[in-house]
Amino acid sequence: MQRMACSFPDEVLEHVFSFVQCDNDRNAISTVCKSWYKIERWSRRRVFVGNCYAISPDMVIRRFPDVRSIELKGKPHFADFNLVPDGWGGYVAPWISAMAAAYPWLEEIRLKRMVITDENLELISKSFKNFKVLVLSSCEGFSTDGLAAIAANCRSYLHCRNLRELDLRESEVEDLSGHWLKHFPDDYTSLVSLNIACLGCEVSFSALERLVGRCPNLRTLRLNRAVPLDKLANLLRRAPQLVELGTGAYSSELRPDVFSNLSGAFSGCKELKSLSGFWDVVPGYLPAVYPICCRLTTLNLSYATIQSPDLIKLVGQCQNLQRLWVLDYIEDAGLDAVAASCKDLRELRVFPSDPYGPEPNVPLTEQGLVSISEGCSKLQSVLYFCRQMSNAALMTIARNRPNMTRFRLCIIEPGTPDYLTLQPLDVGFGAIVEHCKDLQRLSLSGLLTDLVFEYIGTYAKKLEMLSVAFAGESDLGLHHVLSGCEKLRKLEIRDCPFGDKALLANAAKLETMRSLWMSSCSVTFGACKLLGQKMPRLNVEVIDERGTPDSRPESCPIDKLYIYRTVAGSRFDMPGFVWTIDEDSAMRLS
Amino acid sequence: MSVPLEHDYIGLSEAPPSMEGSERTSGGLNHKATELRLGLPGSDSPERDKGVVAEDKAGYPLGVLKSLSVVSGAKRGFSDAIDGGSGKWVFSGSGGSEAESGKGGNLFSPRGVNGGGKGGLVGGSEGANQNTGLGGPILKDGVVPQSPKPSQEKKPQLSAPAAKAQVVGWPPIRSYRKNSMASHPPKNEDDTEGKLGSGCLYVKVSMDGAPYLRKVDLKTYGSYRELSSALEKMFSCFTIGQCGSHGVPSRDGLSESRLMDLLHGSEYVLTYEDKDGDWMLVGDVPWEMFTDSCKRMRIMKSSEAIGLAPRAMEKCKNRH
Repeated sequence: MQRMACSFPDEVLEHVFSFVQCDNDRNAISTVCKSWYKIERWSRRRVFVGNCYAISPDMVIRRFPDVRSIELKGKPHFADFNLVPDGWGGYVAPWISAMAAAYPWLEEIRLKRMVITDENLELISKSFKNFKVLVLSSCEGFSTDGLAAIAANCRSYLHCRNLRELDLRESEVEDLSGHWLKHFPDDYTSLVSLNIACLGCEVSFSALERLVGRCPNLRTLRLNRAVPLDKLANLLRRAPQLVELGTGAYSSELRPDVFSNLSGAFSGCKELKSLSGFWDVVPGYLPAVYPICCRLTTLNLSYATIQSPDLIKLVGQCQNLQRLWVLDYIEDAGLDAVAASCKDLRELRVFPSDPYGPEPNVPLTEQGLVSISEGCSKLQSVLYFCRQMSNAALMTIARNRPNMTRFRLCIIEPGTPDYLTLQPLDVGFGAIVEHCKDLQRLSLSGLLTDLVFEYIGTYAKKLEMLSVAFAGESDLGLHHVLSGCEKLRKLEIRDCPFGDKALLANAAKLETMRSLWMSSCSVTFGACKLLGQKMPRLNVEVIDERGTPDSRPESCPIDKLYIYRTVAGSRFDMPGFVWTIDEDSAMRLS
Repeated sequence: MSVPLEHDYIGLSEAPPSMEGSERTSGGLNHKATELRLGLPGSDSPERDKGVVAEDKAGYPLGVLKSLSVVSGAKRGFSDAIDGGSGKWVFSGSGGSEAESGKGGNLFSPRGVNGGGKGGLVGGSEGANQNTGLGGPILKDGVVPQSPKPSQEKKPQLSAPAAKAQVVGWPPIRSYRKNSMASHPPKNEDDTEGKLGSGCLYVKVSMDGAPYLRKVDLKTYGSYRELSSALEKMFSCFTIGQCGSHGVPSRDGLSESRLMDLLHGSEYVLTYEDKDGDWMLVGDVPWEMFTDSCKRMRIMKSSEAIGLAPRAMEKCKNRH
């Protein structure tokens, strides 16, 4: 065996390894023997760190000296819903500094739920000789000044730097001015993808037009709401090669000249496959996109406050649609139409138009989802907000679509039972996990007892991420999940009566997962201390804004708990409301 | 307070915290209990001591949360639901008055269980009507529907301290989505309220000298007093000279009264930036006007705030 491994020169092995991109496979390669480990680590170009606190930048750099692409994730998912207080962490600064020194050839940085400052952006813009891709997904902490630095340094004559992608996906950007766009130099032509949909302020439109006009490889352009509709046609005519477009506000006075201009511009975009934007839609302008509907594979109408008939007319023409995001204005009738026309549909997301209203405002029920499950045989991914559900419907959906891999159901009112039988929805979700054997992601809602967790622990063997809210009756529920779901990586729980017992009984399981979040449950500080002491490779963070947990009885439940595995030990940037316990068995503040 | 254990499931009531195998006898995961019963709804699994629906959760630890008033007033709704009525998992409104509160106000509609009857739960009474359309308003072109409830007030109906019976982060919708629905009111002139019941209005609050800023949801407060008391709690750990680099409070902490002295005394004032970009003193205009125009807040040193007050008064006069 050793002999065979040595018979190939390193270059040959490296070449062979270059065909293996998947992280798990590369990790496997590195365990074969020392020489393979060495070759693999020198040739690994892409690193994904699912939790920026699970490892330190130095450790990554030491193991992989020549990385070109890095992806980092910071805050837990529930930060999206304001459950993680500001200042918790997720700062990218130490990573940027370390990589600026160690990876001069870094080309791609992708961040999710991290805090990045204008200084960090400036450092990025100047440190990497061949920088190409910056994706900031749900990030915060920076302003348009930071973007100006990126734009100004997108091109470098000294090096071969040519920025290709700037994608600000759903980040929170402080809008100081729209002039940042002007900092792209006049001879910069290599932009491929620009997503500024999240920006509030008006960007300098003439600079945008010129930029779009001089970048022949531009394939993705997602505008922000401030770009008016009457300017869209001109942009499209400068970039007929676009594959993905996000409009700005889709409203204007109805004028035939504007309409025909727009319609003509859309018709000229023969490659357009993805549409989004559509804020403030004036239905009269929708037919302008009809000519391209048959080519669309992705349609995001989740900001479009238009009614079902208009939606049906639009979506009815999108026979090749694979991904549809829409508001519940589509109604059950609209979903029936989608089920009839969009036979290639893989992903459906239905968002609520009036989530805080006490009454349903549209006739969108479980029936819509049932129709889709019947008509769309390729359906794999669902996110569905509604106000009523039944076990019967869930069972039908499960039987129709055993190929489902992501199922997230949000019944808006917590604790809602089966509306037909008034029973909990345990058996309905049980059917989902039983039939959908490849289910990777599941979000529960409605009235649920421990029984649903028993089903999940028994059947959901491929489940990787589970989100639970207002469900369960006792620790047995949590125990079923932790002991039964072999592939579980992320578990997030809020407002459930789960306490110490299941957590402590399954402590070892936590090291096999990326993270566990529990808020408004019944976990005590005593249990957290015990866990922190016994499990050195877990960070047990107690997040509590009421002051030190020691000031309350040990049996008083803590507010929020975030546990994650780590080889980097406790972090150094914890704010005052995060408490952690290390194996010194003394409570230690940051 | 620990969860009352109805079952004696092995491995959890005993000491050793090891991963349990699935071959257990009484009360654990045996095949009978886990067998999916797709029979008639309501038939009980034989292993269960109690009915499928949770009963008798008097010892439910969430009752403890009744005493917490800080982060989310919604917890009152839970404990009230548990303590009152049949104990079923219905989150009825925490008081009859919520029936009339305005859009965005009350997540928990007052549909308590009435002996398990049809009208009992959300969607129960609506279910029969679903296919024939709802009693709600019909949508016009692009017009966002309003709540059928008569009250149009944004101000919550509940009495102090916790403003709204609304749960933080539920339903799970990203803020940019909520904000984008709320910030552009429908074009219908009849709709005086304008907002699409966004239910929250997060503004950033920074404090001079604090290492990071915080966000508060202005809609959870009904008055200046509620807001200022919440801010005091939030920023009580930030005091000049008492924090380390991470804003860690000293062991003694800063008592609320001390901070109030700081705020009301000469050290700090609370200011806000309004829609026009001007910085004003908080408290000069009526509460609703403040929540309508406040973009962000700053707790600044009094010495820097000189000259703000007169402008605020002027502006107020100019508006009226």
